[in-house]
Amino acid sequence: MTTLTVLLALTGVLLLGSSRLSISIRLVAIQGFLLGMTALWGESGFHAAGLSSGLSGMLVKGIVLPWLLLFVLKQSGARREIEPFIGFGASMLIGLLLMGLSAWIAWRMQLVEQGLSPALFTVALDLMLVGLFLIITRRKAITQTLGYLIMENGVYALGVGAGTEFSFLLEIGVLLDVFVGVFLMGIMIFRIDREFEHIDTDRFIELRDTASGKLPVEAGEGVR
Amino acid sequence: MTHILLGIAIILTGGMVALMLGRIPRLASIVAPASVLLGSIASAPPITRTLIDRSSPILTANWPLPLGRFSVGLDPLSAFFLIPILILAPLAALYGASYLNREHDRHRIGAHWLFFNLLVVGMHLLLIARDGIVFLIAWELMAVSSFFLVVFDDRKSDVRDAGWTYLVASHIGAAPLLLFFAFLGSRAGSFDFTGMATVTAALPSGSPIPSLLFIAALIGFGTKAGIIPLHVWLPEAHPAAPSHISAIMSGVMIKTGIYGLIRALMLLDSPSAAVAWTLIGLGIASGIAGVVLALAQHDIKRLLAYHSVENIGIILLGLGVGFLGLSRGNTVLAIAGLSGGLLHVLNHALFKSLLFFGAGAVAQATGLRAMNRLGGLLRRMPWTGFSFIAGAAAISALPPFNGFVSEFLIFFGTAAGSLRGSPSELTLGIAVLGGLGLIGGLAAACFTKCAGLVFLGEPRSSEARHARETSLLMRLPMLILAILCLAIGLGAPFAFRLVSPAVESLTGLNETALAATIEGLPAILGRISGISLALIALAVLLWSLRRRLPARHLESASPTWDCGYAAPTPRMQYTASSFATPLTLLFRSFLGTHIQGKPVEGDFPADASFASHTPDFGRRWIFEPLFRGIDRVLAPIRLLQHGRIHLYILYIAITLVGLLIWKVGMMP
Repeated sequence: MTTLTVLLALTGVLLLGSSRLSISIRLVAIQGFLLGMTALWGESGFHAAGLSSGLSGMLVKGIVLPWLLLFVLKQSGARREIEPFIGFGASMLIGLLLMGLSAWIAWRMQLVEQGLSPALFTVALDLMLVGLFLIITRRKAITQTLGYLIMENGVYALGVGAGTEFSFLLEIGVLLDVFVGVFLMGIMIFRIDREFEHIDTDRFIELRDTASGKLPVEAGEGVR
Repeated sequence: MTHILLGIAIILTGGMVALMLGRIPRLASIVAPASVLLGSIASAPPITRTLIDRSSPILTANWPLPLGRFSVGLDPLSAFFLIPILILAPLAALYGASYLNREHDRHRIGAHWLFFNLLVVGMHLLLIARDGIVFLIAWELMAVSSFFLVVFDDRKSDVRDAGWTYLVASHIGAAPLLLFFAFLGSRAGSFDFTGMATVTAALPSGSPIPSLLFIAALIGFGTKAGIIPLHVWLPEAHPAAPSHISAIMSGVMIKTGIYGLIRALMLLDSPSAAVAWTLIGLGIASGIAGVVLALAQHDIKRLLAYHSVENIGIILLGLGVGFLGLSRGNTVLAIAGLSGGLLHVLNHALFKSLLFFGAGAVAQATGLRAMNRLGGLLRRMPWTGFSFIAGAAAISALPPFNGFVSEFLIFFGTAAGSLRGSPSELTLGIAVLGGLGLIGGLAAACFTKCAGLVFLGEPRSSEARHARETSLLMRLPMLILAILCLAIGLGAPFAFRLVSPAVESLTGLNETALAATIEGLPAILGRISGISLALIALAVLLWSLRRRLPARHLESASPTWDCGYAAPTPRMQYTASSFATPLTLLFRSFLGTHIQGKPVEGDFPADASFASHTPDFGRRWIFEPLFRGIDRVLAPIRLLQHGRIHLYILYIAITLVGLLIWKVGMMP
């Protein structure tokens, strides 16, 4: 259990430092597997209640979605994250700070009295913050999708940490939500790539309303 | 009560079905109007019953919303305001079914009918609402659905601009209403109208709160009604919208503003003399400014839009006179003013819709709205032409049409109630009689110009020369409305009985007391009808004499004597601006008309040109400076809206993490 938690935290930090997109996707896949394992091995070893959610989690988060994203990546021809708004080294440093913040919050929440694992809670919160951080600081749409996926992983980890009363239906709901979300994003990235010949989200600025209130097409600027 | 809810359900379902049938526009244009007609028929019985026996049914149910209750009801006032909706919604739908049947509109027809039916539903719901929350929901439903109806032709940039103006105006109007209902609701502890009505009575005397609430209601409902200077959206939205939408918006929707104002005044205790004077002042200002601005217009639908402002002014004037009578205990003044104002609500709905239908028929036949390029259409479109002229006579308050009856009631009441009264009442009398007289005269001049330019003379363009009469579906509503206008004119005593239930509920008098106060009035109204009938008989007699005379067979067309000038053209006839110049010159300091062009100079003038444009003074002097100021103050905030998605997400992240840290840090 503790090993799994530490490994999960490690994937978070590594994701912040990786520039190759294919590596990032594989890291998320590993993260998905680890989460599934966490659901299978609860606080006190293997337990059957987590079987369905653990296995389906592994299947969706560890195999289906990464495969889909790798496919989109191949189609778009993007290889690596170029010039993130915050550099990879700095990102990893901030990642450590985020983990510290998560740990502080976990400590303040006095989880032990409520029967929750502080370590797993810390990692869950950390993953959510890391996902958010990736969405904010990276340019490629595919990394943003990964960020979303990592955030959802955090929510999933929180569910696992909350123990067995986390209902089966709810988990399936979350999984479906993630699946549909990432599926749609994959299609969107594919389309954006075809339309704009890049998947850099910071260039979406061209799509905003102009100050004059005219549509960009009319004002003769922007989108082609 | 259930009948009306059934009617609403039918209309709503019809709209949904029409949306789903969007791919088959022909079918959608049958289903939606049919549902509006059916729904209106279903709602009619309880409304008739309320008007006959003055009953006020009410129906209340709980709903899952956290605020308010679903409370609807009828009373004579609601029932009276529902009459024009029941008449006009089916007619406008019928007209629209034919008006929209053009190729390039096809893909939008389904959505158009959905919003049309939603607008009708919204107006029904608004008038029967007995709870502040239901009222506000209906109000917004009405505002939003009519916005989508206005921007039907959204490929034209002027239509989009008009839509934005309307949307912004609607929101500016809705804000004070929210305040109004939120304040009353929180004080009363419930949003029920009966509960809210007790709030102001419980306040200590001299408290400024009722006045502030009155101002909020006046701005909110006045924006919808189009009271000067809040009228800015009318001259933009009415020309931009399809004609049956202009008709229903101008004929019925803006009246919900008047209804709301009356309802608000009833919630705020009995109206004081100051309130009444405010209404009279605004009424005279709206009436005169509306008609003067209308005189300066070249676009036929814009002209009609300004006339809506004028007629709202007349309605306010009538209501103001009535409320003044109430506050002074002068029942003659109260009854005549209120019944005149309320009857004008119905009358204006009839003749203004008729005029918009006529303008739409002309626009469809010629593709033009500019009066300077029309002309001679009476020969080419006789049904449309004569209906339009009937509407023009009605709006100019000429007998034997309905406009005369309502304005006569206001005139009569003011004269009878004020001339023998105190000096202040005498002042009122002179102001109202003078103001209303001026408005009526200018309106007659304006419609002489409008009807004359469009339907008489020679066509000023090839489009007008080749115009054809419109389809039967579009002629029928116009004919029905023209007949109704005439019927109210001829049946003046009956029309008075139609408004008396609402007047009784506003004045608190019962039927016999009302009849006793104004003994002579029904007889006078009867005489008006008699004289009108005689007038019509005389006209028919003269017309049939004219037909028998041989002169008809000698009729021939030849050019006017031209003093040797060999090249006359139809464009040498009077234009919209030249006809109105003597009057617009009188008001030039108020109108601020821009005139551009090269005047005619010398003995052998080369090319000359003339163009005039009259900006709207409310827009120019009040709203444009206001919005420029707001823009200047808020411009720095635009930096936050830079289009970078990353930073938008960063804002959210910072807020959420900040809240989390704050909340966790606060924990014991």
